[in-house]
Amino acid sequence: MKKFVMPEFMVDIDYTRCNRCGACVRECSFGGLAMNGDTVVGIDENCVNCLRCRYICAKDAVKTIPYPSSFKSNYYWRKEDISDIEKQASTGSALLTGMGNPKDYEIFWDKILINASQVTNPPIDPLREPMELTTYLGSKPDRIELDENGQLLTRLPPQLKLKLPIMFAGMSFGAISYNAFKSLAIASKKLGIYFNTGEGGIPPDLYDYGKNAIVQVASGRFGVNPDYLNAGAAVEIKIGQGAKPGIGGHLPGAKVGKRVSETRMIPEGTDAISPAPHHDIYSIEDLKQLIYLVKEVTCYTKPVIVKIAAVNNAAAIASGIVRAGADIIAVDGFRGGTGAAPKRIRDNVGIPIEFALSAIDQRLKEEGLRDRVSIVASGGIRNAGDVIKALALGADAVYIGTAALIAMGCKMCMMCTTGKCAWGIATQKDELAKRLKPEKAAEQLINMINGWEIEIKDILGGMGMNMIEALRGNRHTLRGLGFNMREHKVLGIKAAGEL
Amino acid sequence: MVYLDDRYDRIPSGCSVFGIMNVNRVRFDWRPAVAGIASMHERSNGLGGGFAVYGLYPEYKETMCLHIMYDDRASREETEDYLKDMFRIIHEEKLPVRRTASIFNGPEIKRYFVEPIQDVLVSSEEEYFRCLTMEINRSINGAFVLSCGKDMGIFKGVGYPEDIAEYFRLDEYKGYMWTAHGRFPTNTPGWWGGAHPFGILDVSVVHNGELSSYGANRKFLRGYGYKCVLQTDTEVIAYLYDLLVRKHRLPEEIAMKVMSPPLWDEIERMDEQEKGLYTSLRVTYARAALNGPFSVIIATTKGMAVLCDRLKLRPMVTAKDGEYFIASSEESAIAASGFSIANCYMPRGGEPVFVPLNEKYAEESVAV
Repeated sequence: MKKFVMPEFMVDIDYTRCNRCGACVRECSFGGLAMNGDTVVGIDENCVNCLRCRYICAKDAVKTIPYPSSFKSNYYWRKEDISDIEKQASTGSALLTGMGNPKDYEIFWDKILINASQVTNPPIDPLREPMELTTYLGSKPDRIELDENGQLLTRLPPQLKLKLPIMFAGMSFGAISYNAFKSLAIASKKLGIYFNTGEGGIPPDLYDYGKNAIVQVASGRFGVNPDYLNAGAAVEIKIGQGAKPGIGGHLPGAKVGKRVSETRMIPEGTDAISPAPHHDIYSIEDLKQLIYLVKEVTCYTKPVIVKIAAVNNAAAIASGIVRAGADIIAVDGFRGGTGAAPKRIRDNVGIPIEFALSAIDQRLKEEGLRDRVSIVASGGIRNAGDVIKALALGADAVYIGTAALIAMGCKMCMMCTTGKCAWGIATQKDELAKRLKPEKAAEQLINMINGWEIEIKDILGGMGMNMIEALRGNRHTLRGLGFNMREHKVLGIKAAGEL
Repeated sequence: MVYLDDRYDRIPSGCSVFGIMNVNRVRFDWRPAVAGIASMHERSNGLGGGFAVYGLYPEYKETMCLHIMYDDRASREETEDYLKDMFRIIHEEKLPVRRTASIFNGPEIKRYFVEPIQDVLVSSEEEYFRCLTMEINRSINGAFVLSCGKDMGIFKGVGYPEDIAEYFRLDEYKGYMWTAHGRFPTNTPGWWGGAHPFGILDVSVVHNGELSSYGANRKFLRGYGYKCVLQTDTEVIAYLYDLLVRKHRLPEEIAMKVMSPPLWDEIERMDEQEKGLYTSLRVTYARAALNGPFSVIIATTKGMAVLCDRLKLRPMVTAKDGEYFIASSEESAIAASGFSIANCYMPRGGEPVFVPLNEKYAEESVAV
């Protein structure tokens, strides 16, 4: 019997339109199309629906459609479940996947609504009035002391200054291409915000963008050296990631080319494996030592961020992290993306950012620690509405990863693990990576952020605010739709209609 | 009597505010303040009016005075038991009132002049009294501290301010500074404690406006031991002022700059030293910044502070006439109070105006 894997998609070619130019075949990096003589044919089982062919075809002759043939309809044993078992029955391995958790868990952002002013409090028109989104991230002193002459005695701990409370999340050179990495760097510089290097270091020729970089130290310690730590505006110690809490990372040797090898400081072609824990952090007191090691190396001039995945006891962990000396906590929800993660982990581990963020903010507030640390929320921030809601739930800023990738051209086919990204983003193949033009992709990123900025100002003005400080942790501006009592309590918001 | 109701976090309201003081602490009677606030009758709706008077009790100048409102006998007994444990009560009495045509069913309000029993003092006297005030307001159901300060007191209730003045027989008092408030709440439980001024220690606030930033401010204050339970955004202004000026020892103008901070663009244009100062203030006290429309008069035994939101969405005008400084929602009210409007000044949005009182206390009371 012919080996058959049930395809997800069918490549449908309209031969009345196709002029047999072969562009789609050349562009498809997954082998989903081929020339048969002078005829283009689809190879359905290879198609991942990255849509490269659809965007490239000048004649609109190619379509990808859900594969019409499937297993017998079964509410419980769905196509994906059966296909997964078939794959594992033939390979005997864990399934790998990319991007964030796509499962149909409830989306809590969409059950939260934002307030607006009417009559007693005039909405503020952003076209007429100044609207301030400037954000400082870092530990804040308890109070400001002045001497008798009104001169400042208190010295502010190191801060990150952002033009607006959005940053690009950690995406390493290795997981994404050099061009994609550079696009984020260029956009950050122009926007006055920061990008996060992920755990793969900074390519030497991009050190100029260090002022807008948050350099990451993860369990693999790839590319970590004093120059690297001092090149960034802040240092992030990555403990966990929303897409794969509790496990490390694995960059296959095939992706470790010359540039990646130099940047990560590992031999070319070797697998880059990040262990599940940092092997010098087996408890909170060890984290404290690493935080202060980083602070010593950077002479206490840079804020130190500790990034954790959103898990059940995130609030208690966050409290420990503040006491261990971190200036900023980044918390990454279960919708957060990844270049590669075991599918079962991504789809089943962690909790939504909405709840983890609320719990952390309220816990730190109760313990009187809230102003000693800034909170950055991430993991599935899709638009300006999500940003506003995250800020009102207690975040000082957000990281966006997936949204940034989409702005650069990602079509969410979730095949990052394969390294075959047809859009030049999640790949180390030169012929694919060159499809992404850093200047152009940066422009798209800047456009998206500018659009969000306008929307944030509109919403803020509508609430009668013209400074972002007024929104932070201001749960009075939110109402919930269809939450149960316990969820209301965790989120600290009232039901729609309650005064 | 309607009790504080957990359902309401705060009640938005529009208002009129008026304040007048003699900078030499010469005491004068109720007429200018009542005439001023009464002339702005249209700005309130009869659901709240009140006065704060400074230089009120010269015979008890150094003794803490509490004005406490009770819903019933049980709450009074519980509160008085509590007070007797903590204080030596020098003098206590019912606040004398006069039934008026429109106000005749007010709650019982008493005043107490008290001294702390020395060995219960754990921190400063002020901090002790602040905690006490908050504790009574929070935990004794039906008791509410209208004011707790030296040589000052707050009189307030449900009614038009001019009727409230009549009800509390303010014609029988004198003071060197009076602030007044007429309230236009858009939603009311008809609670006497919900009227302005709001006070904490010797700080009293009359406020026209609504704070969009209330949730953020409230959260900030909680970190410093201030619990907001009074259903009004105005209390956060009083607490912030107390925290910044009394506890953090910031100069009054700087404290007001924290509450209504300069724009980042303005900070960018400052010289290095100022830039450092205002950046540090704004970054550190981010959650203490007030946003939304407001104009307030903050009175303390040190002077009168006038502050508006940065866009000046609510009116405020000030005037100087000889030894008198006046602040009002409307210029016409200043004229109505019998003072000259020749030296009027409209503070700009976010511009702090602080007029200090002279240290010396004039013993002679002089009628206006």
